[in-house]
Amino acid sequence: MLPMQIRLRRFYGFAVVLLLWLASVPLHAALNIEIFGGGATQIPIAIVPFAAEERLTQSLTPVVSADLQRSGLFRLVDPAGLRPHEPIEVVYPDWINRGAGALVIGSTTALPGGQVAVRVRLLDVAKQAELAVYTETVPAEQLRAAAHRIADLVYEKLTGDRGVFSTRIAYVVKQGKKYSLQVADADGFNAQPVIEYTEPIISPTWSPDGKQLAYVSFENKKPVVYVQTLATRARKAVANFRGSNSAPAWSPDGKKLAVVLSLMGGSQIFLINADGSGLQRLSKSSGIDTEPSFSPDGQSIIFTSDRGGSPQIYRMPTTARASGTAERLTFEGSYNVSPDYSSDGRSFIFIHRNGDRFNVAIQNLATRQVQLLTDSQFDESPSFAPNGKIILYATEVRGRGILSAVSSDGKTRQQLSTQAGDVREPAWGPLPRQ
Amino acid sequence: MKKVIGVLLISLLSACASQTPQPSADVEDRSRGVAPQTMEGARDMEASPTLNPLTDPNNILSRRSVYFDFDSYVVKDEYRSLVVAHGQYLRDNSSARALVQGNTDERGSREYNLALGQRRADAVKYVMTLSGAKESQVESVSLGEEKPRATGHDEASWAENRRADIRYQGE
Repeated sequence: MLPMQIRLRRFYGFAVVLLLWLASVPLHAALNIEIFGGGATQIPIAIVPFAAEERLTQSLTPVVSADLQRSGLFRLVDPAGLRPHEPIEVVYPDWINRGAGALVIGSTTALPGGQVAVRVRLLDVAKQAELAVYTETVPAEQLRAAAHRIADLVYEKLTGDRGVFSTRIAYVVKQGKKYSLQVADADGFNAQPVIEYTEPIISPTWSPDGKQLAYVSFENKKPVVYVQTLATRARKAVANFRGSNSAPAWSPDGKKLAVVLSLMGGSQIFLINADGSGLQRLSKSSGIDTEPSFSPDGQSIIFTSDRGGSPQIYRMPTTARASGTAERLTFEGSYNVSPDYSSDGRSFIFIHRNGDRFNVAIQNLATRQVQLLTDSQFDESPSFAPNGKIILYATEVRGRGILSAVSSDGKTRQQLSTQAGDVREPAWGPLPRQ
Repeated sequence: MKKVIGVLLISLLSACASQTPQPSADVEDRSRGVAPQTMEGARDMEASPTLNPLTDPNNILSRRSVYFDFDSYVVKDEYRSLVVAHGQYLRDNSSARALVQGNTDERGSREYNLALGQRRADAVKYVMTLSGAKESQVESVSLGEEKPRATGHDEASWAENRRADIRYQGE
């Protein structure tokens, strides 16, 4: 059942990331990445260094290569010796001989005023045809972002799914007694602290437009739910009621939050407007109801409840005002918690206790089939990438908290770690608005 | 009293890095008007000149921790007299306010553990109200697994962290 593939350590991507990290300032950019395993049907792709990119402050192709390789769906073909930058320079038989199925070529031109003109082509080697062209003029300081957009384009053209290389992630770093809520690019670069405290921060979650984070802070001797705007750093306590306030989840339209309050006894799920007004009770049970996650259409939530004696995942309509309408979804095992709905609404991920281990599992909502995706000891807080293909979660390696990612088929894994401290509570941000 | 709370809130808010407006005042009022953050602000109040029964090591009121069995929120008999004494203290000191913080061990989901810790705090609060404390005098909250007193990863540490603590305003 466990899709434990060959645990191939790939140092290439790691080395690239490490080198880039060493070259980058400031030292915040500190999530290193290691990749394990890989799908059986990887697309062989050659990425030729773009013309004149070595003269830029940031080369593009190493970022594109690392992105694609991290997805587990691509195998990089060494372009050694061959340096085409325009379609007319491509000798297709050379690439067929090297086993490349796809080829990425391009050029960069530094313009006055710190702008860079980028032109990239994705070529199908077998068909000898152009699959996509990317042209953009970007400020030099946004070259990494441009590289992620190129990787997104390649990924989408060759796999049919949206790429998530331009997205961001949020997570909490605990170092000594300090807690730092941070936001970074999906590849771990550009990590920036959002807020730092000497009291715990848990459960960060992105607003659907990617502009705000909701999270739980213990700075007032108890859990309180805050919403913080990333651009302005303005923050507001949106759920600070008597008792405990926790487990925020955004509705897909960004107008409401589901929160868990002990205000009316027990731990129950409420809906509240994103500005903290308009409190409505949603769940009504004598047990614990917590960890809400909205369906993509906003019509229902899945959540953890122990109303049946052990913590299990349930689903209820967001229009419901009574517990009678909740439907139990998990039946295997005595501890299934922390659900997260997929963006296509077809499945959800959760943490399943498996003997003395806590592992990431995925359940198909139609077939009810469950697949375990990990086999580590203490996995927590799984969070879907917005394309549903990767799951970011917290785990422990040698007693230290790190982030890990697993593909939704369980075949590819990555580890993201910092130099020091525990990393936990990951949340994958939304796709950038187009 | 309301004014005092207001002042405390303002000083608290200004102490924070940025704005934390009080949400939904109507709901807060319904829960008997004790602002959640007053525990914090009362630090500035002057200490009692007489021997404080809450801190006198010979007084049962100086004991503040209630321990729980694994996966349980039942207040065990050995802690009942302690909790009852705190309930009676609140009954006899109507201006006193207590915060009960529930805790759990580190295993499992952070949010689910937060809810389990809440149950422990609620159980302690319930016994305190049965002993004469007014509902409005006790706020039960949870710290879940986030503030472990023992930081080991063994049964002894976990047992130490399956706990609820009683704190008074100003502590």
